[in-house]
Amino acid sequence: MAASELFDRPENQSLSGPGRRFWSVLHIDPILLFLLLVLVAGGLVVLYSGADQNMALVKGQGIRMGVALIVMLVFAQFDPAVFRRWAPWLYAAGVLALAAVLLFGAGAKGAQRWLALPGLPRFQPSELMKLVVPMMAAWYLSRRFLPPRLRYVAVSLLIVLLPMAMIILQPDLGTSLLVGASGIFVIFFAGMSWKLISAFFGLVSVSAPLMWFFVMQDYQKQRVLTLLDPQSDPLGAGWNIIQSKTAIGSGGVDGKGWLQGTQSHLEFLPESHTDFIVAVLAEEFGFVGMACLLGLYLLIILRCLYIASLAQDSFSRLLAGALTMTFFIYIFVNVGMVSGLLPVVGVPLPLISYGGTSSVTLLAAFGVLMSIHTHRRMISA
Amino acid sequence: MPWGEFKDTAAERRLFQRRAMVMLILVISLLSILIARMYQLQVVEHEIYTTLSDKNRVQVQSVAPPRGLIYDRNGVLLAENRPVFSVTLVPERVGDMGQALAKLGQLLSVSEEDLERFRRRLQERRRPFQALPLRYDLTEQEIARLAVHRHELPGVEVAAELVRYYPHGELTAHALGYVGRINRQELQRIDPVNYAGTNYIGKSGVERFYEKLLHGKVGYQNVETNARGRTLRVLERQNPVPGEDIELHMDLRMQRLAHQLLDGRRGAIVAIEPSTGGLLALASVPGFDANLFVTGIGVEAYRELSHSRDKPLFNRALRGQYPPGSTLKPMLAVAGLDSGATTRDKTIWDPGYFQLKSGGRRWRDWKRSGHGWVDLKAAVAQSCDIYFYEMAVEMGVDTIHTYLSQFGFGEDATLDVSGALSGLLPSRDWKRAVHSQPWYPGDSVNLGIGQGFMLATPLQLATATSVIANRGSWSEPRFLKGVSGDSSVEDVLPQKSHQSITLKNPDTWEFVVEAMAEVMHGAKGTARRVGRGASYRMAGKTGTAQVFSLAEDEEYDAEQIRERLRDHAMFVGFAPVDNPRIAVAVIVENGGSGSGTAAPVARAMFDAWLLDYAENEESVVASGTGAKD
Repeated sequence: MAASELFDRPENQSLSGPGRRFWSVLHIDPILLFLLLVLVAGGLVVLYSGADQNMALVKGQGIRMGVALIVMLVFAQFDPAVFRRWAPWLYAAGVLALAAVLLFGAGAKGAQRWLALPGLPRFQPSELMKLVVPMMAAWYLSRRFLPPRLRYVAVSLLIVLLPMAMIILQPDLGTSLLVGASGIFVIFFAGMSWKLISAFFGLVSVSAPLMWFFVMQDYQKQRVLTLLDPQSDPLGAGWNIIQSKTAIGSGGVDGKGWLQGTQSHLEFLPESHTDFIVAVLAEEFGFVGMACLLGLYLLIILRCLYIASLAQDSFSRLLAGALTMTFFIYIFVNVGMVSGLLPVVGVPLPLISYGGTSSVTLLAAFGVLMSIHTHRRMISA
Repeated sequence: MPWGEFKDTAAERRLFQRRAMVMLILVISLLSILIARMYQLQVVEHEIYTTLSDKNRVQVQSVAPPRGLIYDRNGVLLAENRPVFSVTLVPERVGDMGQALAKLGQLLSVSEEDLERFRRRLQERRRPFQALPLRYDLTEQEIARLAVHRHELPGVEVAAELVRYYPHGELTAHALGYVGRINRQELQRIDPVNYAGTNYIGKSGVERFYEKLLHGKVGYQNVETNARGRTLRVLERQNPVPGEDIELHMDLRMQRLAHQLLDGRRGAIVAIEPSTGGLLALASVPGFDANLFVTGIGVEAYRELSHSRDKPLFNRALRGQYPPGSTLKPMLAVAGLDSGATTRDKTIWDPGYFQLKSGGRRWRDWKRSGHGWVDLKAAVAQSCDIYFYEMAVEMGVDTIHTYLSQFGFGEDATLDVSGALSGLLPSRDWKRAVHSQPWYPGDSVNLGIGQGFMLATPLQLATATSVIANRGSWSEPRFLKGVSGDSSVEDVLPQKSHQSITLKNPDTWEFVVEAMAEVMHGAKGTARRVGRGASYRMAGKTGTAQVFSLAEDEEYDAEQIRERLRDHAMFVGFAPVDNPRIAVAVIVENGGSGSGTAAPVARAMFDAWLLDYAENEESVVASGTGAKD
């Protein structure tokens, strides 16, 4: 099979010598690291423009990115077996933390996401769950025969849905979506039957109207309505979409030039340094810039899927595959939303949008991937 | 994992790889969708979004031209523009309007009236993102308070605009008029393009008449704005053409003097330079502060002005229509002589009354005992009514009408005086049309002393007097003396419309002028006390206009008649007799006698103009007292 050949080619045959050993000792995948550094550096350049040349803000983000990269390296040092062992305990702690958030969390903009524990910095448990939920699902499924039987699928779905539901209640649709996706991808990679997958999508389409009436908050419904017809409320909820589409479209093929984007610099584009930063990039660097960005993302995903396919045990494979696809979901949802294909959901553009928490989680996930890649035992070659 | 079974690692791995392949295909196809979307937005629909983006950031703003300034004949500024700060709201950006207004109410004093006006504007049709003014003329403190709280008030801006200011508010209000906010009717009339940035328009007086000249031409600028509508930079600018400055014949000193002379009374003074027709002074007292009207007067203040018994808003000089009384006699004398109804030498016996036929109604003379034997000159000097009764009957209404109309009665003879009324010059036709009655000889008798139906404004009386001063040649009354810029006064001023009055015997002018001089300087002249001690000779005629008619035998007793029913004191005159430099009409409402009340006012005006403010060194006094060649 062509696919298996592509992924089967052992890496240690192509790379050899002292260089490979050096990276191996550090537990770093140099290719992935390089791609990530390019992305982060490029992201800071765009952020400088998106944040209206606020150097202090860019510096802060740079420091946060540095911290996140260190977190990535720290995660890379652990053997994947450690993650596997800890997965149930982390999951339990995460669910408890989510419960705590719901009971006495700190809120912003009407949503409770933050947990301030005495002695610890404020953090979002929901953010951690993006890592913990796929770990837990992978832990659970890697102990079964794969493809898993129906009841194991059901149990793992429950493992995913419990924290997802708790996050929806905060309410934080964007994060719950990502957490849910990270778990579902584990189940998918584990070999959930296509029949079940079709049934699942069937269920989703049936439950969508129920979600609409019973689960979704007014502001979430408004976002969906606005997506369908942004002109219905051009100065309210539709404003973001109209302005971001205008920013993207006016960028043209080669863009208006760095720092020359009128939409963002004249403040027409809201959230220009956070969720809508891709519109700044599209406006200033045009179609060429967008192609480069999406190409870079594709390279990272390819590398990660490659790492996943080389993983030596089911847990590592499932976790690596799911983390990779979660990363992709970030990209697709964010760019889709900014370009008016998807409703506005609070999902940042990974590693580019301003904000520390999601960057740390994302780079930690890449740390896990590096860990998986660099802790292989040289037996299967 | 059940005991004793082993995982098929290789199979699981192949399963994963198949799934990963599916995911890879999914990733690539979804990324392709994103790329396709970008292609659609950035390449296919690029033009649309470029336009949208430009429309977002570039706005065309009109730049209002600064209004032309108005100067008096000595270059004293009468109307200027001063920057005024107002607070405006862009409803589209404000969000919660009620909250914003409440917040502004805490920061500034916003009256119920301001709110009312603002809400009305909010209902009216307007351009999107147009700023609506809430309050004008903010104080420094209020501007500072707004600046501090600006971040809490999206869509709220402090706007500066040039607003008309009249430094001599009350003195010039009736002559200059004033500008005010453009109202709905005016909006229909004006050119919407040229007034795109203008909020004010001349409402009355000079401001109204020369609106076109003073307004200028609108300018434009393309400005880059941010999402909050704040202008960031000007991309392109077409400067407005400022309105032209104009110079008036008015002399502010004369205007001020006129106001001082009438201070505390009600009345009007019109002073004309006969040679040019230039209005040296046009005062209607009491006046009002025109500045109140510029940014919109409050209801309370307006009610006070409009309900005042003294009618300060009423322009007596232009619109006050009074029976001219005896001030009409010089013009009638010209008519009588030229038509042959009387001669210079004709004398009559004045027994103190006049009858059309014996036993009929008696028209009394103001002097109950009569003047005895009088000729025309004495009749003018002593204001003998009986002479003029007889002469009027002799002339008949048609002749009187013909002559008086040549003096500008019954029409608005002005060139650029906005709002001047025509008075009333009665005729046979008029009486038939309005009263459905024939013209009775008795009507002519009344007309002979400027009573009855006849009405004239102070401006008309001054104009007619100026015609006499000019010995029949016309210079229509006008304000405009000079224009800045390319246009000349002739281009701007309407065409003259009056022909000089040509008499069969031009000497008649000198005779009538001499008769008028007798009024001031003659031994029996009605205003001899006023003419006494002058270094120049002046000509004039006193008058008294009855506010209501007395029955023929009733005794006039000023003391007993309530002040408001007293006769209007009137005077017309000019000086010097030869080479006249100033012609004046004075009316003091309920002032009593013309000689006692109105004539001294005119004398003060003459003195000021000829002696105090004499413009050139070749002394007026010399030409006034000089030999009559």
